[in-house]
Amino acid sequence: MADYNYVAPQEHATKGGVLAYLLTTAAVLLLMMLFGLVMRAEQAQLISIGANAFYQLMTLHGAGMVGIAGIAGAAIMWHFLGQYVRLSTTVLYANLALFLVGVAMAIGAVFIGNFHGAWTFLFPLPGNSMGLWSNEAAATFLAGMLVLGTGFLLFQLDIARALIATYGGLGRALGWPQLFGHDDGKAPPPTVVASAMVTVVNIVALVVGASILAMMLVNLYYPEFAIDPLLAKGMIYFFGHVFINATIYMAVIAVYEILPRYTHRPWKANKIFLLSWNCSTLMVMFIFPHHLLMDFAFPKWMLVMGHVIGYLNTFPILIVTGYGALILVYRSGIVWDMASRLLAVSMLGWAAGAMPAFIDGTIRVNYIMHNTLWVPGHFHTYLLLGMVAMVFGFMYYVTKPAAQHKDALIDRLAYWAYVVGSFGFALAFLYAGKESVARRYAEHLPAWVPYDRIGTAFATLVVGAALVFVGRFIARLAHARSAHLRAPAPLGVAA
Amino acid sequence: MLQHIVWTISLALMMLVAFGWSFVMLRSGIREEEFAPLQKRAYRLRTRLFWGLVALFGLPMLYTLFDLPYDALRPAEGAGAVQEVKATGYMWRWEVSTEELEANRPVVFQVSSGDVNHGFGIYDPDMKIVAQTQAMPGVTNTIRHTFTRPGVYRVMCLEYCGVAHHNMVAELNVKERS
Repeated sequence: MADYNYVAPQEHATKGGVLAYLLTTAAVLLLMMLFGLVMRAEQAQLISIGANAFYQLMTLHGAGMVGIAGIAGAAIMWHFLGQYVRLSTTVLYANLALFLVGVAMAIGAVFIGNFHGAWTFLFPLPGNSMGLWSNEAAATFLAGMLVLGTGFLLFQLDIARALIATYGGLGRALGWPQLFGHDDGKAPPPTVVASAMVTVVNIVALVVGASILAMMLVNLYYPEFAIDPLLAKGMIYFFGHVFINATIYMAVIAVYEILPRYTHRPWKANKIFLLSWNCSTLMVMFIFPHHLLMDFAFPKWMLVMGHVIGYLNTFPILIVTGYGALILVYRSGIVWDMASRLLAVSMLGWAAGAMPAFIDGTIRVNYIMHNTLWVPGHFHTYLLLGMVAMVFGFMYYVTKPAAQHKDALIDRLAYWAYVVGSFGFALAFLYAGKESVARRYAEHLPAWVPYDRIGTAFATLVVGAALVFVGRFIARLAHARSAHLRAPAPLGVAA
Repeated sequence: MLQHIVWTISLALMMLVAFGWSFVMLRSGIREEEFAPLQKRAYRLRTRLFWGLVALFGLPMLYTLFDLPYDALRPAEGAGAVQEVKATGYMWRWEVSTEELEANRPVVFQVSSGDVNHGFGIYDPDMKIVAQTQAMPGVTNTIRHTFTRPGVYRVMCLEYCGVAHHNMVAELNVKERS
């Protein structure tokens, strides 16, 4: 039987590589948030940058946010997984270097080459610009995404290597002996199980993503190398869906690791936990047709599969991770600080955002809601108030100067601004989606503008709060001059 | 209207999640030292929650599968000869074989694209989406729809296709059935 006594894990200092990831996250995340704010202000007719600039920002906002979510998630996973397996620091830095090269290429393609084919680069749009960008600009963007993906693939392969070396296989790291046999309470810890899941799905997704990017690059210069647009779309959405979802599954490791430290209660990988994560491994990969429900040419069974798995996928989020976090916190005597607050609220954001998301995956609903603002409405709920809240929580955690350190008033104000701002921002999108406001429009009809203005106001609140979080992270980091001070403070609980 | 139902249900579920979360947060202050009994109680409740969710989500999940837009034999309101419309998307315009349609007679839209991906979204006179499909090069997607209300409907692009994506609009005049 599993042992339910809590044993405090040995803390280790945050490595320079992880801090480099977090600093990169802080910079890129803020910049992309500002791009998002400018886009909302443009739709709200508060500024006028024009359609071309809007779609340039939209392209970078999408690519940048997906990429930086990957970097932030990777930092969290690497930090905690490093306590259980031996990971390569060289590969960690190589991924960051390739990410920065990829980002530079994407920025160059957009701002110098005027590429604005969206981060989804749906074939054949990159090669059909109506003269607005060159093949070279499109190739630079696609190659940038390829470089970025290659870095992440290396990163994941190193994690796969380390998991196999320590646990004897990815199946063992996913807890198969305990799941399919006797639960001796010795299943790998949640961090290892989550990392194994992410590794399996991300390696498949990154190979598929790299394949379609390579195919499209060849097609740009040799159009006789024909690509089936339907196949391309399927491959792009498979890659995109799995990759962005994997960022949440990486970041949630912060919740699995930090909440037990604060509550002095264990989060064990029991049978239900293992079943949930093994199901999620399959569901994250097979759910992707829910992005293609309006592509009637896809086999009907695939589309129905997307519909059904969309519902099933909510169970692990609600019943295992969300509910599991609540069990830990309930009557725990937890002392709330910025780290524990943000991690706790991330569970709310993830679970609440999953509600409009799975409903959108209902085929009959998708028929009237697909590609309206309903879609950014739900994904901003679980990314902004879920995934990104986990990242900010982790930033506060690794820079906490001392166990008894009290948060400043500005931190607490920023927390509430972030929560209220994120909900308001996402609900403005959702309500506009209900009103059939189309997604990815640089200009909105006059009747749609009021929703945009409300959304812009809340977005301003979010950006302001994020500025405080990032400012405090950098200031606290600057004060933590020694490795000793950079070590996370595990005592969030009253003695 | 389905959009309104979807909004109401989503909001209700989000509030339910927020309620459960807030309930626990408000009861996080006083520590219950013995975790194992608390966990046991919580797991019992989780089993009930699981079956509750199976019922809550399972029924609509199955029920909504009975009305899929892909079905060739999709029952259409109204009767009479089918009105056929061929619609092709181009950067950045729609080419529609006929813009004059009759209400309460089934319409079959054959939707495709001459260049990149577009989204063929039909907005009713109140600017609410009533039907959509993707317009893709090399693929024809079929929408079967019966307009029950006369008026001017708009076709708007629902898949990003470049700088004038938001200007890609066509109109359909739906008149009373003669």
